[in-house]
Amino acid sequence: MLTFVARRLVATLLVLLVASFIVYVLTANSGDPLRELRGSRDPSAQDQIAYLSGLLNLDQPPVIRYFSWLGGVGACFIGQCDLGISVARGQQPVIEAIGGALGSTLQLVLAATILAIVIGVAIGMTTALRQYSGYDYVVTFLTFVFYSLPIFWVAVLLKEFGAIQFNSFLGDPVIPWWSILIIGLVMGFIASSIVGGELRTRVISFVSVGGGIAALLILLDVTRWFESPSIGFVGIALMSIATGAVVLFTSTGFHNRRALLAVGIVVVLTVILSWPFQFLFYYVNSPWTVLLVLAILVGLGLLVGFFVGGDGKAVVARTAAIVGGLGVLPLVLDQMFIRWDEYVARIPLSNGVIATIGASTPAIRRVDDTWLNMLDSLTHMLLPTIALMIISLAAYTRYARASLLDVMNQDYVRTARAKGLGERTVVMRHAFRNAMIPIATIIALDFGAVIGGAVITERVFAWQAMGSLFNEGLQHIDVNLVMGFFLVTGILAVIFNVIADLLYSALDPRIRVS
Amino acid sequence: MTDKKPVADEQSVGQELSIEQRATVGLSQGAIVRRRFLQHRGAVVSVFVLLFLVLLAFTSVGTVIGGTGKLTPDPTGTRLIVDGFRIPGWWGFTWWERYDIVLPGGAPTFTWWPFSFGEHPFGQDNTGKDVFARVMRGMQQSLNVVFIVGIISTVIGVVLGALAGYYRGWIDQVIMRLTDVIIIVPLLILGAVLGQTIGGDAFLLAVMIGLIAWTGMARLVRAEFLSLREREFVDAARVAGASDFRIIFRHILPNTVGVIVVSATLLMSAVILLETSLSFLGFGITAPDISLGQIISEYNEAFKTRPWLFWWPGLFIVVIALCINFIGDGLRDAFDPRQKRVPRQRSLGSEVGNFFKAYIPGARPGDRTSNK
Repeated sequence: MLTFVARRLVATLLVLLVASFIVYVLTANSGDPLRELRGSRDPSAQDQIAYLSGLLNLDQPPVIRYFSWLGGVGACFIGQCDLGISVARGQQPVIEAIGGALGSTLQLVLAATILAIVIGVAIGMTTALRQYSGYDYVVTFLTFVFYSLPIFWVAVLLKEFGAIQFNSFLGDPVIPWWSILIIGLVMGFIASSIVGGELRTRVISFVSVGGGIAALLILLDVTRWFESPSIGFVGIALMSIATGAVVLFTSTGFHNRRALLAVGIVVVLTVILSWPFQFLFYYVNSPWTVLLVLAILVGLGLLVGFFVGGDGKAVVARTAAIVGGLGVLPLVLDQMFIRWDEYVARIPLSNGVIATIGASTPAIRRVDDTWLNMLDSLTHMLLPTIALMIISLAAYTRYARASLLDVMNQDYVRTARAKGLGERTVVMRHAFRNAMIPIATIIALDFGAVIGGAVITERVFAWQAMGSLFNEGLQHIDVNLVMGFFLVTGILAVIFNVIADLLYSALDPRIRVS
Repeated sequence: MTDKKPVADEQSVGQELSIEQRATVGLSQGAIVRRRFLQHRGAVVSVFVLLFLVLLAFTSVGTVIGGTGKLTPDPTGTRLIVDGFRIPGWWGFTWWERYDIVLPGGAPTFTWWPFSFGEHPFGQDNTGKDVFARVMRGMQQSLNVVFIVGIISTVIGVVLGALAGYYRGWIDQVIMRLTDVIIIVPLLILGAVLGQTIGGDAFLLAVMIGLIAWTGMARLVRAEFLSLREREFVDAARVAGASDFRIIFRHILPNTVGVIVVSATLLMSAVILLETSLSFLGFGITAPDISLGQIISEYNEAFKTRPWLFWWPGLFIVVIALCINFIGDGLRDAFDPRQKRVPRQRSLGSEVGNFFKAYIPGARPGDRTSNK
């Protein structure tokens, strides 16, 4: 398996090297970097032209310049990176520009990709299991529509329409009765379609889910929760119970009493521990605390599973650990929403709560509070992530559906059913893993589209991130800046390829053997 | 279904035919494909919608053939004329001239009740230009780019894929490493660099995109050739003394037409999104030339005050891309011989796996296991 990954890695790096040469030469030939200066009437323009020409070695052909640039990149291995300077950004070293830009783009791309995979696979699988239902037709049609959406149009719509509507809603948070009705009906329809079965089960799931969500919305509306959203003790308890139920439903089912007990203990522990963790989060104000708490909760889950599990230790411990790990989310969200009022007080008045410009609020950036900064990032990232997610979402949905349908028609699935396994075990244990093999391939292939989408999304939302490096660099024919962007995306592409390969070999034993 | 299917005579055909085969006995390949395509309701509707849009775009404001597209004052000095051979259309306004603003702010004159188009149904921009004329011209250019890229990419992809798959060996190695190099750079990035180089001309942009968008087609055609070249009919042709050229283009290529047609269609739907995205970023078609993405880019800031400048071009992009996607799906259903007979109500959704095999080049389940 290691040789497989290593061979692929070397091949990708070689391909990347050739591609970087092509992009360098093409960019260098795409225009004149000194055009603006040449047109200028400034008496010092001639001196500047001579100075910059010398600085960028413009008297040499692009091929030679490429190799001196490559030499600078190669120096990274001995700790002396030199990616050149950016003329478009007042002779700032490109490495500095990348340092300031990489973080937010990485967050955006990762968040969009992970969400697209999780949501897409979930939707795709449910449609495959309920093939030819109304839900299936609606989703299939919607994936066609999502495919045909230009991302810049969606991004502008979200920015100019979604954000403004939502912000004015937050200013006066009254949910109109008809939107409660529509949301309830839609959620009820989705739930009853996924659950399926006889008419009676469908009606029960329709009423319980649709009614439950409508009731929740009415409750939030009456208590004016949206005016200052918080999670608190009750929120943590509700969210933990919900994640526990979902994980239990997909992994072992409720009939496994030991798993039910273990998950119950983990949920109760999460809720109880949320009180001491508050102080931990407050006094150790750093993102690393999240990892610490994650480790503690996963460890607790494993421990509980080990002691409660009985005969099925491995399965029960795994389920409990997943529930424990997911229990971090409500705790972190809680910390963020505690600072809601402080956040609203600090953002500029002209902005809404959901920000549409930039990747963070400068005033909040200066405050040394991890959770406040996280909340700020969250409100800034929300819309760009949705816009970026939409293009990948359709791909993952359709691919997951097709692939699960393929697998469900295989002989070994019939064998699994024939020997009396329940539908849950057949789908989750026997079919799911095999259905994920093609998805691993898509992750690497989809990456180019996500990077392209990030360039556009960042432009629409005026982020000063990697996308703006590319846009500015190409507009001013600043080859070093463009190559800085290309280098980072290239490395990311290689990383994504390796991740896909690792996933692939983890999912498919045939790879490991060869 | 009311149409009569030819039912095979049981004695003459034998019992071993499956139901699917029986439904197509006695029909030519073309007839089978046509009939399957017509059963895909979404695809058939899309064909008509797309034809309507093409006609509307080209007849309404007319078009310009050749020339640089630059605007110059005419001899009398009162009007601007566009460079190139101008074919006028039935719409009374042009896309480059300014007119008196009819409604305050240039709002659309279109009303549902009483139903009337008015003078400027899509409204006017802040300088008084007619948005309908601009959108139609933008649609012309976007469609032009789509078709030119479709033709160029298909030709390059088919020829390279055929050569790689037929000859294998070092030719295959060289061509496939070249595709790898192009594929690793996101298409938008490569397209933007090339678009910046050629500086805003629609035709040149289309040629440039065509030169980089063939990789998926080449991979698919290569895979088809790799399996088809081992078949008996190729051996037969070779024994009969056919040249390599003849075997490739007369014997194998017709067998891959399904893959090529489907993949070309889906490529075109990706291209309209690519071109409009490039134009939106300012690296594709730029003013004074117009494309749908360029219109959105130009009026991006005016969304709050003049939303109609933004709605129409976006809507047409979505409709065109949706139509091409549906047609591609219908064609895929029609050409795929492994296609199972599906209930009639499944006109929208079909077996999706193969859609993707064509849509995301190289992403075929199990493809990587066979390579390694």
